[in-house]
Amino acid sequence: MNADGSLIEVKGLCKYYNGEAIKALDGVDLEIRAGEVVVVIGPSGSGKSTLLRSLNLLELPTRGCILFDGRDISEKHVNINLHRRKMGMVFQHFNLFPHMSVIDNMTLAPEKLLKMPKAQAREYAMGLLERVGLADRAENYPSQLSGGQKQRVAIVRALCMKPQVMLFDEPTSALDPEMVGEVLDVMKSLAAEGMTMVVVTHEMGFAREVASRVIFMDGGRILEQGSPQDIFDKPENPRLREFLSKVL
Amino acid sequence: MEFFDKIGDFFVNWFSEFKREFILNFVTGEKWRWIIDGLKNTLIITFFALILGVVIGVVVAAVRSTYDKNRESFRRRGGAGAFFMGALNFVCNLYLTVIRGTPVVVQLMIMYFIIMTNTTNGVLVAVIAFGINSGAYVAEIFRSGIMSIDGGQFEAGRSLGFNYFQTMRHIIVPQAFKTVLPTLCNEFIVLLKETSVAGYVGVVELTKAGDQIRGRTFSAFMPLIAVALIYLAMVIVLTALVRRLERRLRRSER
Repeated sequence: MNADGSLIEVKGLCKYYNGEAIKALDGVDLEIRAGEVVVVIGPSGSGKSTLLRSLNLLELPTRGCILFDGRDISEKHVNINLHRRKMGMVFQHFNLFPHMSVIDNMTLAPEKLLKMPKAQAREYAMGLLERVGLADRAENYPSQLSGGQKQRVAIVRALCMKPQVMLFDEPTSALDPEMVGEVLDVMKSLAAEGMTMVVVTHEMGFAREVASRVIFMDGGRILEQGSPQDIFDKPENPRLREFLSKVL
Repeated sequence: MEFFDKIGDFFVNWFSEFKREFILNFVTGEKWRWIIDGLKNTLIITFFALILGVVIGVVVAAVRSTYDKNRESFRRRGGAGAFFMGALNFVCNLYLTVIRGTPVVVQLMIMYFIIMTNTTNGVLVAVIAFGINSGAYVAEIFRSGIMSIDGGQFEAGRSLGFNYFQTMRHIIVPQAFKTVLPTLCNEFIVLLKETSVAGYVGVVELTKAGDQIRGRTFSAFMPLIAVALIYLAMVIVLTALVRRLERRLRRSER
């Protein structure tokens, strides 16, 4: 962590496709401090997923830079793989490895990358599974799980690497409504433990309840940010007001 | 009654004719050994060409899909590494175009009469020619398997901190292999039967052996049908083995 407490710093981030025809991100500045829960909201196509995926360089920026723990990780000679280990990511479509059991999904990266002994990796993974209520599913394969269970496994799989920050890319958007709650509960408890989180979501209730800061994006820019109360109760930007009137 | 006698006679005659033909084609002069020796050559060529083909196929598929998946980051980083990958990709594409664009018999003859002129070992030439030929098809089979895996799998691996090759090895290839197994089996069957043209460069494999018997006895039915049945039996066994392997691989998912 930096002296000023910022864990991730985004400076002038732009992501263009087809030359400059499509501007997914158009000059984003953002600072995320350790322990913060930052929720990013906005209409589809506003660039919120692109921003999130840029944080661990799944999207390569056209311009601008991303500082993680004080280091510019968007610089082209940086070994990004070392930094990604410390940034857990959860996807909309879970992306569990279907050819491996739940426990193997979780222990693969710690064993291969952190050289953790098998027994230790398993023990740590089992502890996490227990916390999300899936200890009895350890030997099952992903195809045998429900959507909510899959996403809970995906979260603890990322946690197995003991990351400094967790990135969530619409983690509940692909779930049946009745399964959204169980995933959000896991995320809430994670936030309560002080995990730094960046969450792209359409769950306004979650944003209001858990976020320490809410960011509203549209057209590849951050149009407004602030505490959940400010954003939801006293929105200033007209675009944000229009958006909230549609989703709330 | 007379009718049944006639049918009986027919079968008796047919059987004694069959027996005479069988002895003429396989037993006299121990000509069954020709078949066995031919079969040996067919199996040797198929086996080693298969290994060579898989090795070439893996390398070419790796180059092509690496280039495809990392094109953006190559362009961004530039330099000698990116240029080298571009050149490799070009060579692989050229190989695929030439090999898939020309008949295997022609490739075999070019190899024997033009390229490897200082060897008389036809089996070796056949192994190399069929291996190089099969490699092109295997490469595209593997590549299609890699492409068939959802991009999210790749991102999940990378987001955990695996590099490109670790992601391939632990996450993509095990899944892709399962997908391509039936197609790969098909390619092996084709290869096995394609070796029947090795006679063009003087290799006596199964087909040529059958043909030589026919040339000696002037009787076509016995040797050619025998050859056909042997191919058929080999393909049936191979198919059954692959099906078993497939089932075992799939079990890990249930």
